[in-house]
Amino acid sequence: MNSLQLLPESASTFANEWNWLFWMLVALCGFVATGIAVLLIYWVVRYHRKREDELPVQIHGNIKIEAAWSLIPLMLFMGMFAWGARVYFRMERPPDNARAIYAIGKQWMWKFQYVTGQREINTLHVPVGEPVKIIMTSQDAIHSLFVPAFRIKQDVLPQRYTTIWFQATKPGRYHLFCAEYCGTKHSGMIGWVYAMDAHEFQLWMEQGGAEGSLASTGEKLFHQFGCATCHHFDTQGACPMLRDLYGRPVRLTSGETIIADETYLRNKILNPRAQLIEGFQPIMPTFSGQLTEEQVVALIAYIKAIGPRPGTELPVSPGNAPSNYGSQQGIAGPEATSISGSKPRDR
Amino acid sequence: MSTLATPVRAAATPNYLTSERGILSWLLTTDHKRIALLYVFSVTAFFFIGGFFALLMRLELVTPETDLVSPHTYNELFSMHGIIMVWFFLIPSIPNTLGNFLIPMMIGAKDLAFPKLNLASWYVFMLGGMVTLWAMFRGGIDTGWTFYTPFSTVYSQTYVTGAALGVFISGFASIMTGLNFIATIHRLRAPGLTWFRLPLFVWSHYATSVILVLATPVLAVVLSMVAVERIFQVGIFSTPLGGDPVLFQHLFWFYSHPAVYIMVLPGMAVVSELVAAYSRRPVFGYTFVAFASIAIAVIGFLVWGHHMFVAGQSVYSALYFSLLSYMVAVPSAIKVFNWTATVYKGSVSWETPMLYAIGFIGLFTIGGMTGLFLAALGIDVHVTDTYFVIAHFHYIMVGGTVMAYLGGIHYWWPKISGKMYPEGLSKLSALTVFLGFNLTFFPQFVLGYLGMPRRYAAYPAEFQYLHILSTAGATILGAGYLMPLCYFFWAWRHAPEAPPNPWRATGLEWQTPSPPPKHNFEVTPVVTHNAYDYEGMKEELGLD
Repeated sequence: MNSLQLLPESASTFANEWNWLFWMLVALCGFVATGIAVLLIYWVVRYHRKREDELPVQIHGNIKIEAAWSLIPLMLFMGMFAWGARVYFRMERPPDNARAIYAIGKQWMWKFQYVTGQREINTLHVPVGEPVKIIMTSQDAIHSLFVPAFRIKQDVLPQRYTTIWFQATKPGRYHLFCAEYCGTKHSGMIGWVYAMDAHEFQLWMEQGGAEGSLASTGEKLFHQFGCATCHHFDTQGACPMLRDLYGRPVRLTSGETIIADETYLRNKILNPRAQLIEGFQPIMPTFSGQLTEEQVVALIAYIKAIGPRPGTELPVSPGNAPSNYGSQQGIAGPEATSISGSKPRDR
Repeated sequence: MSTLATPVRAAATPNYLTSERGILSWLLTTDHKRIALLYVFSVTAFFFIGGFFALLMRLELVTPETDLVSPHTYNELFSMHGIIMVWFFLIPSIPNTLGNFLIPMMIGAKDLAFPKLNLASWYVFMLGGMVTLWAMFRGGIDTGWTFYTPFSTVYSQTYVTGAALGVFISGFASIMTGLNFIATIHRLRAPGLTWFRLPLFVWSHYATSVILVLATPVLAVVLSMVAVERIFQVGIFSTPLGGDPVLFQHLFWFYSHPAVYIMVLPGMAVVSELVAAYSRRPVFGYTFVAFASIAIAVIGFLVWGHHMFVAGQSVYSALYFSLLSYMVAVPSAIKVFNWTATVYKGSVSWETPMLYAIGFIGLFTIGGMTGLFLAALGIDVHVTDTYFVIAHFHYIMVGGTVMAYLGGIHYWWPKISGKMYPEGLSKLSALTVFLGFNLTFFPQFVLGYLGMPRRYAAYPAEFQYLHILSTAGATILGAGYLMPLCYFFWAWRHAPEAPPNPWRATGLEWQTPSPPPKHNFEVTPVVTHNAYDYEGMKEELGLD
């Protein structure tokens, strides 16, 4: 039996903010709860019935007191709301330069894929001091990625990508749990996050046994499954051009405009008829059932990696990745800066 | 049940227990008091079945490994514990027993507005319960009480449809009871009993009934959709079939969050009566407490998304649900403050029901305040789906509702049975329940804070000390619950006779013999007093 632990590890930039808010709430609520308990017990003892037929002084209420104990809690609650929302907003907005890692949850394991090609099961290596964004999907039921030491949690849904981000602050080994009940071995769907110094992480990446980057795997699949016969990069064929598509708005036949994010690309590959693009015939076959989640992720990484301008070298060969390789910015170019106002590229 | 009708009081004027005899006089009764007792027996049985599942879970969790039961069995245990306790104990616990017994008596009526519907609700409830138990004994269910899709519709290999069908059926009993209470409170109040003379027990049950009628149909809809998807493979929630799993969560919590208030408002109803009676004071701020119940019922419908802060909803809906969750906390806070103020300068006696009421106020306050933690978006991310949530809602449901239920059963026991209860033994049990409860659930706050996820059959070794404490507490809590079961059975036959009004309380239910005659009152009372008007009734109550 391990020793009794009463404080959780705090190993991310969120952890401190979280601790502050949590202990503020403990102090405030503890103070009020103690006050209520002390008054209640004191009065129960102080005003203990003296004789069987005692009729105490009858008090019916007081509107000023009612107003005070309605409005003061309301104001305190609004403060808690605002503080809680502030912390949450930071958790929900990954910085643009976050290193992307893909995660696939399945009954009952976690698979992680690095953009540079490394793969892991139930362990995740991350650098300290650098924002990391995990793009997650599930192969079956709903799962939830939970790292208590980082104070992060996000449900992982089938047929959709959700993201979570953090910046580790302390090297170490931390629990990684599935927090959404997912069947028989739910409590076995656990693992470890290893936070490492930048240098150590670099060493680990080099000996990580990558067989080529995720995008290069995607490139092979792109040809293997015949995508390249229709989807050209620089000339408009019967199908939308994929260069610089990621992050751009796409106009649908329904009149809607949606941003080509990971979930959109995934839906187009697996269920192309669901969202028809304006100006194109619905000729794309579905690849549902033919591709694994890992292969879909690789294809998306490839599409994201296709650079914005003709002639730009595609960063798909292993070994010569730029230092911020994992970031979206590094792969997909200026997609984050010019979304609004630009014409859909695939018209 | 035949023991109830044995001729102990043959010589006395017939009351509702002795006026008719035989098993059929119980099974075919339309008397709200007898139906209340049918419900008492039923929910007590379900409580101990659900409690047995909980005890097995706690025993399994003594060690980090799964050694007592398999992970699959463990998953079935927490699922069945949740389903039984939520739908077959907590939802009907106070409304269908004490509410059923007392609402007509408190408003000076002979019965509920629809006595046959009342009996029908018990049969429907039992049918639902039997179907669910049948599904459990055929092979169990492992989805958790929340039936989350797509796990429940695609991946679970257990009797999901059967268990859901049982819950679906029992929902109609809820709707029948809610309708009956609403009609009764509107139409059958005695002459002179205006809305603002009603006991707060009735106000709170009125709010509960509105939720029962409006929310339960959504549960029926969502459970039937689960069954349809499971049986016919239609894509509603399951993504490979083209559905949306998060849609299920919206529909489920649209019922299940208001359902939390179905469970706790009746507890608040009981506590308002107990605090007034044992302080001999009107509840401080009567109108505020009355409208707080209504506010909880209304705002309670607008906060369901706070169960889904990490489920993938937009940050803006999360903001909205967080804000509304803080709003719904205000009326609950108002109630706690008013109950506390009621004691001030009162004439406070320390009988068992008052101990339960004080316990309720303390535990409900802790449960409510930890709800403030969970409503804070950033805090919720870490503690949701952990033992922190488990501890939070057990403080509300068990520390709140079950404490209030036990307090209420003791308080109205003389009226229900015509006998007193053993005071010393019941004080001991109240203390045992309070200590056992805190030992069980307080360590779970710490576990959740440390990051222990819920619904885990096995867990990392560093959590073991806290789990052992919790299991030790559960054992004490179990003993605390068995004591009243034993002494109430004893008291039914052997305790001293109870006078009509042993507590010198003001409610109309105390102005008729104990146990009451079949039609409650010999003459329909005319009400000339506000609720808890000790001053105005001091001569009748013999107070000075």
